[in-house]
Amino acid sequence: MTTHGATTAHVHKAPEGFIWKYVFSQDHKVIGIQYFCLALFAVFLGMTLSVLMRMRLAWPGVKIPFMSSDFTPEMYLALLTMHGTIMVFMVLTTAPQSGFGNYFLPIQIGAADMAFPVLNMLSFWTTFVSLMVLIAAFFVEGGAPIGGWTAYPPLSALGSIAGPGQGAGMTLWIISIAIFCAASLMGAINFITTTIDLRARGLSLMRLPLTVWAWFVTAILSLLAFGVLLAAGILLLLDRVAGTSFFIPGGLVVSGVVQSQHTGGSPLLWQHLFWFFGHPEVYIAILPGMGVASHVLATFARKPVFGYRAMVYAICGIGFLGFMVWGHHMFISGMSPYSAFAFSIMTMAIGVPSAIKTFNWLGTLWGGQIRLTTAMLFALGFVSLFISGGLSGLFLAQPALDLPLHDTYFVVAHFHLIMGVAAIFGIFTATYYWFPKMYGRMMSEGLGKLHFAITLPGVYLIFMPMHFLGMAGHPRRYADLTGVAYLKDLLPVQQFITWVAFATIAAQFIFLFNFLWSLKFGQRAEINPWRATTLEWTIPSPPPWDNFAGHEPIVYHGPYEYSVPGHAEDFIPQNQDPASVARSLASGVPGGVPGNDARLKR
Amino acid sequence: MTEHKLDATLDASAIASPWSGGGSPFAIGSKKLGMWLFIISDALTFTALLMTYSYSRLANPEWPRSVFPIWPAIAFSTTMTVVLLGSSLTMVMAVAAANRNDRKAAVKWLIATMVGGLAFVGLHLTEWHHLIEEGATLWKNPWGTPLFGATFFGITGLHMTHVMIGVIYMGFIAGGFGRGKFTPEDVEVSGLYWHFVDLVWMFVFPMIYLMSVKY
Repeated sequence: MTTHGATTAHVHKAPEGFIWKYVFSQDHKVIGIQYFCLALFAVFLGMTLSVLMRMRLAWPGVKIPFMSSDFTPEMYLALLTMHGTIMVFMVLTTAPQSGFGNYFLPIQIGAADMAFPVLNMLSFWTTFVSLMVLIAAFFVEGGAPIGGWTAYPPLSALGSIAGPGQGAGMTLWIISIAIFCAASLMGAINFITTTIDLRARGLSLMRLPLTVWAWFVTAILSLLAFGVLLAAGILLLLDRVAGTSFFIPGGLVVSGVVQSQHTGGSPLLWQHLFWFFGHPEVYIAILPGMGVASHVLATFARKPVFGYRAMVYAICGIGFLGFMVWGHHMFISGMSPYSAFAFSIMTMAIGVPSAIKTFNWLGTLWGGQIRLTTAMLFALGFVSLFISGGLSGLFLAQPALDLPLHDTYFVVAHFHLIMGVAAIFGIFTATYYWFPKMYGRMMSEGLGKLHFAITLPGVYLIFMPMHFLGMAGHPRRYADLTGVAYLKDLLPVQQFITWVAFATIAAQFIFLFNFLWSLKFGQRAEINPWRATTLEWTIPSPPPWDNFAGHEPIVYHGPYEYSVPGHAEDFIPQNQDPASVARSLASGVPGGVPGNDARLKR
Repeated sequence: MTEHKLDATLDASAIASPWSGGGSPFAIGSKKLGMWLFIISDALTFTALLMTYSYSRLANPEWPRSVFPIWPAIAFSTTMTVVLLGSSLTMVMAVAAANRNDRKAAVKWLIATMVGGLAFVGLHLTEWHHLIEEGATLWKNPWGTPLFGATFFGITGLHMTHVMIGVIYMGFIAGGFGRGKFTPEDVEVSGLYWHFVDLVWMFVFPMIYLMSVKY
């Protein structure tokens, strides 16, 4: 074993000057905040697109003030494509992993920075370029692509003959995704290396906070999944710009024209390659949320996480199974029923580790002294949404049920609840929980609870009715219900959903206001306002640029030592000296380590 | 209430485990681990491309199955294979010299490896030139399904790009190591990359060339 300690990452000097401190910073904390801001911008952009879509759905023929032309169905498709792409890649992949993971993974393992600070900076700026290229797709001739976030060929491969936005817009889309793949791979290499190499002395794998486990496994998924998407993206780009036919079959007729220059390709090949990435991507979005929820539930139930090892194995199990189930997105592609059966069984098998996690969350809460802070409320909301969204997954995992439900609002409801809203609740949990550490001030609990009180019922009222729309046969991606007789009766449901969406989106501005207001005027945060155990709560809020100020923390305890019987305090920080713990257990006198004395009164 | 067992150890036995923190469990530098991880992800990119090749080959009845004559294509590609494998050997010598801290020898062997890589690229471009003269491009070829050209130039092109990046990378490492800026491990990390590029070729050569020999 080499002797270098946790501070080996501490290779860079304290940065000087605005540019190096805040723009091209190599400090993982600044980069984490940069990612968070990028995601915050992207989420409000994606949300705006969804508002426009909701208006088109609820009131066909609606005029949008700043749009000069009519709101065509093609524009609706462009909006949903960009909404999905921005949300999946630029929000759900960046905020929980690259944002909070960047900020807190090194601190929670007692390191001064990531293993490769320069690579870290590069991965953020590459992501930034990717977002800019994606947004540029709005402004080119033909506008944004209309193929959905899955960009299914052959229509995505043919160019502008396949519709407005399938020309330059689609090319920019695929370039943006390829750049994003490169950025994610850089990030994944950094996260994995950091977790393996830079843990503080005594921080064995089974003492890692579950957040770190989640980020670690997520990084492994990114490493394995984005390389495949990159290959698929290169092939699609070649089809578009170099005249190849990887994904375009022969004899295809589009817009009344035989596409005679193409032959021999297979659109299904894209589906295989895309979903080999696409399904793990779902877990890339949700696993960090699971980690944060576990972490926050333990903190505010004042109890150790129930079944810590089972939680770790469940994270790994979900990650592993996530690579075995891509075919369940392709049940209606004409695949052999035997393959469909295998994919179906594997998909339902994911229910087992998912149920283990859910029961362990409930077990963590059971008998705890629950403190309903805003972070705790959002963590509870996460568990609720994970269950609600997960259960509909069991329906869709059955090929026989998927045949009628595929491409209906049932699927929209399912993935929005589990991949969208649950992951967003994970982001909110993390924001409310770690804001004091990141910015040195507390967020307003009152506004936070108001935000929660509107958002949780709001998302349920938006997405629950969509299950019924789906069962009634309402296809997704239709801009207009009025032309189809049996859909007309469903219009009031769509209108109801739109009204609730307005209210829920309005509540997000409470969050934005709270965030910005608290940055400036929030109550000053103590070192450890939540009386929590992990290493980030042993250093100042906000932390100095090198985290532990040159000091190497030593870890003696597991991550969730709450309410240890006989101990004076109801929590034991991971780095607390065992002798002082033993003294406290013997005498009831609070033991402490420097830096843990100043705590917010209960 | 059940008895709470507090696991508070930092004794010799806990630290004896290489996984209990405080350093790399593999006793290697972070750069080397990072390179291994890059290799894993890059291997998946090539896997996806080779799967695309296999899928297209199986899905197309008119896929050209006898394309490459023994002369010049197979002779060329076999020579390329030997050259590339030979450059892996010189890379091994470079790493060994670097580990002995023999800077001069290490740089010499690195340059030999770069020459091998450049020779591979030169031979490969000649081989491409033959095919292009016969009418094969990315979007068409005279032997059958147009996708054959797409997979051939796509996969060998990406591989050749890797070889060229490797040559530049080794030039950078040789320069730095010669001036004492880099450690022997930096040389070894570049060696990992080089051997990986060779390994990819060992899949490309049989799957694309040897399975399409024209007798």
